[in-house]
Amino acid sequence: MTLSTAMATAAHTMTSTAHTTTAAADTPGFLSPTGVEIAFLLVGLVTFGAAIVTVTTRQLVHAALWLVATLGGLAVEYLLLTAEFIAWVQVLIYVGSVVVLLLFGLMLTKAPIGRSPDADSGNRWAALTVAVASAAALIWVVVDAFRTTWIDLDGAAAGSTEVTGKALFQNWVLPFEALSVLLLAALVGAIVLSRKAKADAAATSASRPGGRSEKEGAR
Amino acid sequence: MNDVLDVTLRLLVVFVVFLTFPLIIGQTEHKVMAHMQGRLGPMYAGGFHGWAQLVADGVKFAQKEDVVPAGADRRIFQLAPAVALLPYLLVLLAIPIGPGEGAVGEVVDAGVFFVLAVMGVGVLGSLMAGWASANKFSLLGGLRTAAQLLAYELPMLLAAASVAMAAGTVSLPGILDAFEWWWLPWQIVGAIVFFVAGLAELQRPPFDMPVADSEIIFGAYTEYTGLRFALFLLAEYAGIVVLCGLTTVLFLGGWHGPWGADGLGWVWTLLKTAILAFVVIWLRVTYPRLREDQLQKLSWTLLVPLSLAQIALTGVVKVVIQ
Repeated sequence: MTLSTAMATAAHTMTSTAHTTTAAADTPGFLSPTGVEIAFLLVGLVTFGAAIVTVTTRQLVHAALWLVATLGGLAVEYLLLTAEFIAWVQVLIYVGSVVVLLLFGLMLTKAPIGRSPDADSGNRWAALTVAVASAAALIWVVVDAFRTTWIDLDGAAAGSTEVTGKALFQNWVLPFEALSVLLLAALVGAIVLSRKAKADAAATSASRPGGRSEKEGAR
Repeated sequence: MNDVLDVTLRLLVVFVVFLTFPLIIGQTEHKVMAHMQGRLGPMYAGGFHGWAQLVADGVKFAQKEDVVPAGADRRIFQLAPAVALLPYLLVLLAIPIGPGEGAVGEVVDAGVFFVLAVMGVGVLGSLMAGWASANKFSLLGGLRTAAQLLAYELPMLLAAASVAMAAGTVSLPGILDAFEWWWLPWQIVGAIVFFVAGLAELQRPPFDMPVADSEIIFGAYTEYTGLRFALFLLAEYAGIVVLCGLTTVLFLGGWHGPWGADGLGWVWTLLKTAILAFVVIWLRVTYPRLREDQLQKLSWTLLVPLSLAQIALTGVVKVVIQ
């Protein structure tokens, strides 16, 4: 699944940067790559490798740390595509918060040092099928949509904060607001679920160690 | 060739600052804490008022054996200090010290996001150390670190967003260019929230339960010895430099001063940073450690609402003056 999300985010960048690029008349060829293109390809390979290790390693915390490498690699790709703002937000949200939350959960559940023999899923083939299918669909759509679009790396940055902000709040306001409502709903839902679970736990067993208020009482 | 020389020089200056400023703050902490507690502090190393104490400490750390516990996850255990330390070096690159493009290591377009993102990565080092040590105190320390970071990143980001709104840019030199003196009272709530949240992110007293030496024996760093332990300590003090520098740049006007902003702007930046660093030390001596639940409560019930109120105020004033 990591793979498909990686592809999805990569495709998203391309769509966001493509608006400000021009379809050059003298299309650059694939046979004489520039330095940035080679770097892009190499970083992409590293990111791909890290993503593979993330989903195949049997050591849970290692998987989380390889995810850091994957997401960091994606941030570098954004930088190479001059989407600086997206790159730093990627680091801030994914590496700084999501992975920290993941590690927090792993520590809470005492992830062992060394291999976890049960770190495998019977759904692996189904997951692989879905991942390959979504990756294929995304690659097909992106290649088809941006066939002749090239980002002019020598000109003004096509993905600077100003450009991204203008695109977001002029052309994409409605999706943006819809997403924020979705996140708000998720937030409210999480609070409702956690409160309900807490009330249930208090009703069934009073002796079970629970929230902070009980800890305070014990002191 | 000139460009290469320019870049090399900038990197060198930032690196020297990265190596010396944390030591200066560490030495100041020794002396200031000692005098606040009616002691003298280090007096022998180097002769004059023990000025070389931290150099001597460094030599001592370098001589110690580098022990990796048998049950530890070896590679992650060894990698953790570097992950904790390097982000602060990267952040220092983006902090402008004076007016103009010449006084910053590297102009970053989305500077505010860059510094906050990279500072957040530094915490991964503590988490890696806490998990890989195979020690329950370390694990507890790592857990507390993660809980603390999750609680404090939000108010910090919101406070910084308020300044970015006021300035109309997210570039650090851009924010300084737009600064006016009356921003100081306007953004004061945001400044306090940012500073307090930063202290919590650095795990400095009174927010130091992740490393509480009297309960969980330095938390994630329990198993570390020698040079790697010294690197963690260096990361803490480099973090103080970065936090004070950032607060100066975002909220206190950086190189702006009552006079001499053209030639002596960097003096103002350093002076404000030094005063804030003194406040950090002062708070350590003054306040007892908060309990974990008290810290969470402070963050979610006080700092987050305050920073949201600051953003609302910023928005209202911004609309009114336009």
